Amino acid sequence: MKKLTRWLSKNLIKVYAFLGFTYLFIPVFYTFAFSFNNSGRSNLVWKGFTLKNWKNPCGAPDICMALGNSLKIGLISTILATVLGTLIAFALGRYKFAGRSTTNLLIFLPMATPEIVLGASLLTMFLNLGITPGLVPTIIAHVMFCISFVVVTVKARIASLDPRLEQAAMDLYANEWQTFRRVTLPLVAPGIAAAALLSFSLSFDDFIITNFNSGTVTTFPKFVYTAAARGIPAQANVIGSSMFFIALIVVVVGQVLSNKRKVKI
Amino acid sequence: MAVDASTSARGDLILKNLTKSYGDFNAVDDLSLVIPKGSFFALLGPSGCGKTTTLRMVAGLEEPTAGSIFVGETEITDMKPYRRPVNTVFQNYALFPHLSIFENIAFGLRRRGISDAEVKSAVDKVLNLVELPQLATRKPNQLSGGQQQRIAVARAIVNRPALLLLDEPLGALDLKLRRQMQIELKWIQTEIGITFVHVTHDQEEAMTMADTIAVMNKGKIEQMGSPEELYDSPKTAFVANFLGQSNLIPGQVSGNDGNNLIVDLFGTKVSVPKARSSAHGVSVLVGIRPEKFRISPEGKNVSGNVLTGGKVSDVSYIGVSTQYQVEMPWGKELMVFEQNDDDEEMLRKGENVTLSWEPIFTFALDGSENAAAGSH
Repeated sequence: MKKLTRWLSKNLIKVYAFLGFTYLFIPVFYTFAFSFNNSGRSNLVWKGFTLKNWKNPCGAPDICMALGNSLKIGLISTILATVLGTLIAFALGRYKFAGRSTTNLLIFLPMATPEIVLGASLLTMFLNLGITPGLVPTIIAHVMFCISFVVVTVKARIASLDPRLEQAAMDLYANEWQTFRRVTLPLVAPGIAAAALLSFSLSFDDFIITNFNSGTVTTFPKFVYTAAARGIPAQANVIGSSMFFIALIVVVVGQVLSNKRKVKI
Repeated sequence: MAVDASTSARGDLILKNLTKSYGDFNAVDDLSLVIPKGSFFALLGPSGCGKTTTLRMVAGLEEPTAGSIFVGETEITDMKPYRRPVNTVFQNYALFPHLSIFENIAFGLRRRGISDAEVKSAVDKVLNLVELPQLATRKPNQLSGGQQQRIAVARAIVNRPALLLLDEPLGALDLKLRRQMQIELKWIQTEIGITFVHVTHDQEEAMTMADTIAVMNKGKIEQMGSPEELYDSPKTAFVANFLGQSNLIPGQVSGNDGNNLIVDLFGTKVSVPKARSSAHGVSVLVGIRPEKFRISPEGKNVSGNVLTGGKVSDVSYIGVSTQYQVEMPWGKELMVFEQNDDDEEMLRKGENVTLSWEPIFTFALDGSENAAAGSH
């Protein structure tokens, strides 16, 4: 009994960590495992191992078209939201102006509003303006909710930036533009990159707002949702797993690069 | 082309009636000053005295409320910081964390469009000057505090400005390293002959390095001069107390004796060289530095100016010297530092003593001065 208590007090944190990560990664593991399932119409029961889904990820009807739409919407929304959000973040983080604190508050609102409400009201708005649901309204909606996340992320980075670095640049003959280009932007860049990644994953993942505003355009989440009624093809698991591994590679490479920079002493 | 003084303007730094106000508060108050070309000048004062604000106005990082700034013949008052012939060593060094040491130093040269080959040779030369050529490829966060400090100096002087501003540059270093850097900075300044304007609250640092010190208090200059001048003949109680320590004893001028004033200190007559008195009237504060006193047991024969009737109220032995607090008949305590350089026995607490000193070591301030101003 005493032995067990001692063992626990030494290893409890490891047990806890193991259970925690298991809990987090079981769904991912399932997705990955079932991408190798030799399934028929539905991918709910294990029917044997095969590589055919990985060899032909576009095998299921319309799946790659839906993926293409999602990537297109995601990329365009990310670029627009990142540029606009970064500009707002600089304005809020660097300048004092009338209405600054109000703006700060309003920026938070889209994050706090339930998506179902946003999606439904956006549809109402587009219809009232005579805009047919489709690709463009979807992108407009995605840019809108991504901007808030970009502003919050980039603003945090700007706040941690020592203003004396910019003063030092000016002191060393850099004019306003050169100071921004050579000092401010490179130092804020990690924040902007994080904001862009976050925007992309929010946009790629979005179902509720997209479902209201995309009309006949099918995105990947919409495809999976619709397919669920008749059976999700195993190719969806292939695409899902690929997205997971791409994200993993991006994070690992980023970590390794930044560690390398620190360890070089 | 816009006016660009960054390479052309040379000469003395001249501040004319420079003022910086925040609402009703004057951080810098009608300051006029000439800093000769090639000198090592220190602005010394307690925090909040306006010294850093003055420096930032010269750098162009702060806008003056009134007044003007010249480098030689060129007015730079309203010039953008990047057009001024001025470089700054910031308090926390402000090295660019994303650039290598080489690129940090090359930053100013590259902005002025100097060719790669010239940049390389200039940076290598300055890295050798600060004795850190092996660090060129490192990033700032891989350097120790002392190394960062030297790189910050190198990054500024590589541009050969007319003026180098140093904002408390040694504040973040430990005592030993600070001493070493004081000597190095002084050496670099002599080597390259650029005017250094050094802001500090550390009187020892100012005295070690500067040719000329301006003591600042409440936005104004209290007194300016060489370290010796300021220490030996302070003109105000603030300077007397801020630069080292002083005993200031109130007295009345009672007569004249050639080159000396005769001053009555609570019934005892002492003489003060006229040249070292800044008093206007009869009422004066007589100043004696603690280390100028000799302390002797009561009844011993002594010469010079003499104050009798003291009683040792505290003794602390600190190695090179012994510090005594001596209570005088008029109720105030005087501070005495006695070198431990003879085999005389240490005096004990409660012992009756006589204080004496050479008259030439006496200075006098005007009686209207506040004797406690600027005390540590």
